[in-house]
Amino acid sequence: MIAVVAFLSLLLSCKTTPQQTLELKESIARGAGVYENFCMNCHMPNGEGITNAFPPLAKADYLMNKRRESIKAVKYGLSGEITVNGVTYNSSMAALGLSDHEVADVMNYVLNSWGNDDGKIVTPAEVSKIEP
Amino acid sequence: MKIKNYVLVLMAFVGISSCAQDKNPVNTNHDFEMVVPELTNPWGFVFLPDNSMLINEKEGKIIHFKEGKKTGVEGVPEVYNRGQGGLLDIVLHPNYKENGWIYLTYASSDGEDEGGNTALMRAKLENNVLVNKEVLYKATPNTTKGQHFGSRIVFDNNGYLYFTIGDRGDRDINPQDITRDGGKVYRLHDDGSIPEDNPFINDPKAKKAIYSYGHRNPQGMVLHPITGEVWTHEHGPRGGDEINIIKKAANYGWPVISYGINYVGTKFTDITEKEGMEQPLHYWDPSIAPSGMAFITSDNYPGWKGDLLVGSLKFLYVDKVVLKEGKVVKEERLLDGLGRVRSINQGPDGFIYVGIENKGIVKILPKNKGKK
Repeated sequence: MIAVVAFLSLLLSCKTTPQQTLELKESIARGAGVYENFCMNCHMPNGEGITNAFPPLAKADYLMNKRRESIKAVKYGLSGEITVNGVTYNSSMAALGLSDHEVADVMNYVLNSWGNDDGKIVTPAEVSKIEP
Repeated sequence: MKIKNYVLVLMAFVGISSCAQDKNPVNTNHDFEMVVPELTNPWGFVFLPDNSMLINEKEGKIIHFKEGKKTGVEGVPEVYNRGQGGLLDIVLHPNYKENGWIYLTYASSDGEDEGGNTALMRAKLENNVLVNKEVLYKATPNTTKGQHFGSRIVFDNNGYLYFTIGDRGDRDINPQDITRDGGKVYRLHDDGSIPEDNPFINDPKAKKAIYSYGHRNPQGMVLHPITGEVWTHEHGPRGGDEINIIKKAANYGWPVISYGINYVGTKFTDITEKEGMEQPLHYWDPSIAPSGMAFITSDNYPGWKGDLLVGSLKFLYVDKVVLKEGKVVKEERLLDGLGRVRSINQGPDGFIYVGIENKGIVKILPKNKGKK
């Protein structure tokens, strides 16, 4: 039973926080679809990643502290060494072929899920300004 | 039922919290050497008669690797490089030496709708340029979904060409409907024409190239070296990756029956078997995310002849599968932790070559214990 309770609490922790604007909420909802479609296979359903292979997104210091680099990674791909929550990853994520709109939506989803609580909306305009 | 649900929730929890590593033991009785370094995603590769290689990079490039040098092939079709789509498999015609045909699969945005779907092309290579390009099949409709292009190609011993297309992210629409593309194994003649004895040839609405259906996303297909049967594996949902032997007109059940559950831990079906639907030869739980497939037919690896190799994208190893009387009796990890395994071929020298994402193509070597 402990396992069930722990699992349910995990699920509940995915709930969005009340102060999000409607615009952000809608973007997060679209972003969930993009995430399932393009990201979940490696970063896993709850953003936990796979240790030493695919970095986590849930409560990930890299994601939360390096907004620009994170958007850039989703837009253009990322390769080389990065450190996430103290673990070094030296691999590569190919460019996913997402539109600026989709990049913004999926960023909003990962920045505001699984205990992540950024709250500051990523807009397509912000994404469009990020150069390779 | 209640007990079953409880077990399911428990399994979901275990899956989420432990990342569900499998228990296959590591085989230490082998080495490897890097053959083609610095590749991004060698989705498919093939050996030419002069032992040089053609390597498909998913982003849309073909590399001709000859005597240690990489040369880019020109005239590669434009690919829809999004999500799992891009430039995919590559094989040679069985009579390549006589006719020069090379077969490619790729995600293509040809057609009116936005997005892409899997296409099959044949072409010839002249002075490092693809010429005489013929699109033999293009699945419809296009969709912007990023999943499940399938895409392995195999010729059988009678000269038929088989290729796979995944369900394109529309599991409830495509795989069980033979009037639609996606979630199918297809069979064609080498020129793209439809064999007279294809199973749905007399069904006016069916896609007549379909050979079997009810698949999710087959990214491994190979001919069994002794029986000549077409073997596939496919990505299932969580806990439902499968090996299947492909039979004409057969329904492999996706998504009506499955041993897996949704990635997020919820269920989409209660049943694992149903009359009229095929059971897999094997299923992996936890899923290994299989890509690439080859049988060892050479004598280069003592004791391994006849074993099946399957790449694991998720757990970063080559699964050496030992079969006995049509059943999987043992699995071991080769190249454990080296990277996401995308493609596997036995080369003309009898050695196994493995394409690994963000790494390259490596050759598996037996360990010569006795000689030291």
